[in-house]
Amino acid sequence: MANRNRDALVVSLVAVLLGFLTGSVIILLTGKNPIAMFSAMIQGASGVIIKTGKFNPRYIGEFVIQALPIILTGLSVGFAFRTGLFNIGAEGQFVVGSLAAAIVALGVKAPPGIHVVLVLLGAMVAGGFWGAIPGYLKAKFNVHEVVVTIMLNYVAFFVNNWAILDVFHSADRVKTAEFPVTALLKDPMLSQLTRGSRLNWGFVPVIIALIVYWFVIEKTTFGYSLRAVGFNKDAARYAGMKVNRNVVLSMTMAGAFAGLAGAIITVGTFNFGRALPMAEGYGFDGIAVALVGGNVAPGIFLSGLLFGMLKAAQPLMQSQGIPKEIAGIIQASIVMFVAMKHGITYILERMRTRKEPPKEAEA
Amino acid sequence: MNILVQMFPIALAGTTPIVIAALGGLFSERSGIVNIGLEGIMMVGGFAAASIIVVLEPVTPLAGWIGLGVGILAGIVFSMLHAFASINLKSEQVVSGTALNILAGGLTVYLCQIFFNQQRTSSFQTGVLKVTVPLLNRIPILGPAVFTEIYPTFYIALALVAFTWFVVYKTPFGLRLRACGENPQAAASMGINVFWMRYIGVGASGALAGLAGATMVLTQDIQYTIGSVHGTGFIALASLIFGKWNPWGVLGAGFFFGFAQTLSYYAKDIPFLSSVPTDVFYVLPYVLTIVALIVFSGKSVGPKAAGEIYDAGKR
Repeated sequence: MANRNRDALVVSLVAVLLGFLTGSVIILLTGKNPIAMFSAMIQGASGVIIKTGKFNPRYIGEFVIQALPIILTGLSVGFAFRTGLFNIGAEGQFVVGSLAAAIVALGVKAPPGIHVVLVLLGAMVAGGFWGAIPGYLKAKFNVHEVVVTIMLNYVAFFVNNWAILDVFHSADRVKTAEFPVTALLKDPMLSQLTRGSRLNWGFVPVIIALIVYWFVIEKTTFGYSLRAVGFNKDAARYAGMKVNRNVVLSMTMAGAFAGLAGAIITVGTFNFGRALPMAEGYGFDGIAVALVGGNVAPGIFLSGLLFGMLKAAQPLMQSQGIPKEIAGIIQASIVMFVAMKHGITYILERMRTRKEPPKEAEA
Repeated sequence: MNILVQMFPIALAGTTPIVIAALGGLFSERSGIVNIGLEGIMMVGGFAAASIIVVLEPVTPLAGWIGLGVGILAGIVFSMLHAFASINLKSEQVVSGTALNILAGGLTVYLCQIFFNQQRTSSFQTGVLKVTVPLLNRIPILGPAVFTEIYPTFYIALALVAFTWFVVYKTPFGLRLRACGENPQAAASMGINVFWMRYIGVGASGALAGLAGATMVLTQDIQYTIGSVHGTGFIALASLIFGKWNPWGVLGAGFFFGFAQTLSYYAKDIPFLSSVPTDVFYVLPYVLTIVALIVFSGKSVGPKAAGEIYDAGKR
């Protein structure tokens, strides 16, 4: 077991290294300088402007708000992974959560403090419902969750645009009216503290979500039975665990995490509901975050920061002549390398057995 | 009726890439490799075709056709990543396919910035030209609907459907390919090289999805942008399922989804549809696919071993 944990960590680190190596090679091949990318990442995460040595906390604020939603979608994908399910649907659950957040923010009147909690809960319920659909179809009809979640991503996308444009009658065909202040995670104090960044209270629900994830998965019998289903469905059923119920619950929880991410963007980064011209990719970021984080809470937290750093550095890279899409290329490479983990662990094992004295050949 | 005839050329242009890409998915899944990277391969094919046509257009009138060819090549090369990861390194196929989709978005726009200094390729003038089939275009109703001012790529798609059906169901190769998707261990025991067959399956999906992407950009766009393919690869995946992994079924599903999309532009002119929000037509393919999956569940319609990591020792 210890060996396996260590291997998972090694695979993640190797994948991240190879991913950045691939990115650097592509930057070099296209005649640019990869150092500029790394310095943009360091500047984005530390706030220290490397050329002048000055410190600007605005960068840190922007870095944190990039990391928050993808930590949550990472938890979403990771939670499903632990039960052996692949949730490509975090994207759609995120969108449905955003929409629900907008509905509660505009449609419900509540005192400060309570309103924003209602917004977050509404988004989690909506996201959870959107996640429960593929879970239920998997449990009841054994329909593959991957295809259903992909299709539901598009459904969510069109439902959101229809609701924002036709139900809320968006005046400019892009966004709803502004939310009342009571619904917001935004706070001028945090913004001032970081010299005008979009930093907001969204980090509080993210920290709670991380703790909940860790506690449920690692410390409860419910989490244990979810993991058991992930390891071996048939054995779990034989041991008397309710496999189908776990599948539905796991997808519901996964959807709730992604829905929460939608709320944090909607009432934290923005203060209005948005029609989307195309998918924003938070759900796909979550896949990368979960895979690199090994589907454990601390891992997801760290890899969320890593990918947040990459996202935050994008405008800086672009200004230094490196197309910002390199971030997507690196992210995809890392996902690909983690997917190749069977290959990588095989090589690791071969290296290990070569060092140890050879065992007797199996009969 | 008039509207219906007017709709046809547009609907057929929309149907074409869906059907071609779905046939690609068919080859891959029949060989046992799930390929949800169709969308990404289409993007790469579309980008490659658009880039080459910008360069060649002033030089040769055949630029459009060369563009389609380059789209095929680019698709094959890109799909090999998926083949290598999922066949040699035994990766989860859905994860590796997802990586392809993310990579395609990043890579194509990155290269646009390098080559064209903007987020998209430069625009081209003509792409692939429409054709009118002489004589046949005089048939009443059918003539104006499917033989007048139609992109020739539609006829290519029809030919590919027939070709795929013949190859997959009427040749020894097709039997072997399907065997690898149903029960690779049994196939291997009969001396079939499962690795090789799966490489061919994935390669074919790369070629066809690349062609589909190129077709889409060269017939419906004036340049490649990040939104050029806008989910058509996933609609293709839906058509594959809705068409029960069968070429003729894929064609039918492709028609259906192509028309559903086109209907959204025309709905306001059709009395009994004008009150339906256009989003309903956009959502239709996705909802229907989920319904189809539920209906098919319990019956074995898809390739049985698709998506499973191949373990030669498994019984």
